[in-house]
Amino acid sequence: MSPLFLAADLISVFVRSIFIDNMIFAYFLGMCSYLAVSKNVKTALGLGIAVIFVMVITVPLNWLLLNKVLKEGSLAWISPSLAKVDLSFLAFIMFIATIASMTQLVEMLVEKLSPELYGALGIFLPLIAVNCSILGGSLFMQERDYEFAEATVFGLGSGVGWMIAIVAIAAIRMRLRYSDVPAPLRGLGITFIITGLMGIAFMSFLGITL
Amino acid sequence: MSEVLVQPPAEKKSLLGKKERKLLTDPLSDNNPVTIQVLGICSSLAVTTQMKPTMVMAISVTAVVALSNFVISLMRNAIPPRIRIIVQLTVVSVLVILVDQALKAYMYDVSKQLSVFVGLIITNCIVMGRLEAYAMGNKPYPSLLDGLGNGFGYGVVILTVAFIRELLGSGKVFGFKVIPDALYEAGYVNNGLMMIPAGALFVVACYIWIQRSFAKHLEEKE
Repeated sequence: MSPLFLAADLISVFVRSIFIDNMIFAYFLGMCSYLAVSKNVKTALGLGIAVIFVMVITVPLNWLLLNKVLKEGSLAWISPSLAKVDLSFLAFIMFIATIASMTQLVEMLVEKLSPELYGALGIFLPLIAVNCSILGGSLFMQERDYEFAEATVFGLGSGVGWMIAIVAIAAIRMRLRYSDVPAPLRGLGITFIITGLMGIAFMSFLGITL
Repeated sequence: MSEVLVQPPAEKKSLLGKKERKLLTDPLSDNNPVTIQVLGICSSLAVTTQMKPTMVMAISVTAVVALSNFVISLMRNAIPPRIRIIVQLTVVSVLVILVDQALKAYMYDVSKQLSVFVGLIITNCIVMGRLEAYAMGNKPYPSLLDGLGNGFGYGVVILTVAFIRELLGSGKVFGFKVIPDALYEAGYVNNGLMMIPAGALFVVACYIWIQRSFAKHLEEKE
């Protein structure tokens, strides 16, 4: 593949993962923290950055795990006799173990290097391990057969898309406090409807081919 | 998976007191995992365009929640608190791998349709939420019932959503045509909004709206 073509391919994966295949608006992944932590923009932004960080680390890491250890024939680099071993049914447990340990590691690193950021993110960091969008990123990477570079860019793009979504909904919810929503719809209901409308807006990117 | 699901009702008859029954029925409305506890929305809404995969998803989630509640509750005194999330995730992912392998073996087409969403049961917040909130502090049998109840509560919501979406979106229920051709000839058109992701959000929002207008005490004060 020529470098120019490769670059175009990577940009296409990046833009697709942010706008067209947005984790929230197209697949509803990471909805739980999206609904729970979107009450003000500052914390939403913090969580968004943490998600991008973990996503950029775990998707490529899981790619290596999948293609060098789990897939059929991928163990051939150790010895030819292992070429027939197919461990891909273990993918779920390996992915989640990577994610859980990476979040733990990120938590410890942030605590050591920047106590300030740790204080701001504190409670949300361990919760990232059970954020569906992180595992979803790794599972989509497996299903779509990305190359290594594509997988990394896909992780970055999905994280950025998730952050855009949560920051936008937090900003809208802050304004929503001054509006007169029917009582039974307040809180959860209206947030769903707004997310749906934002999803429709994001669908207008569907026509773009790169 | 089916044997696992059928067993409990048989043993329930003798063991089902008032408290146990409450564990099963509460999550259906007053403490519904999806509309009240706001858990498990992540992986559920994307599968609700048709009834059949939704049904499979509901059964899978119920099995995983009930069994993982049971297993974690058995182990609850042996789990060190610092690493409990990793222990829980390991148990849950083993169960999900079993479900995934069973689906691949017996219902390959549905398993292809559900794609990554079977794997995402691992991070389904209902599972983790119930483990943290109930199984870590209660005996195995009530935990099993709590898991079943929450699985059913989840199933009720996603099946309702799937029913509305499939009926309005493609005029079918469980894959069978229910809207007669005569109606289409008279100018009836399927609602495309129901087939796109946003449709699911609107249907759930209406579900919440209706539920909360009947049960005023559930309204949120914001």
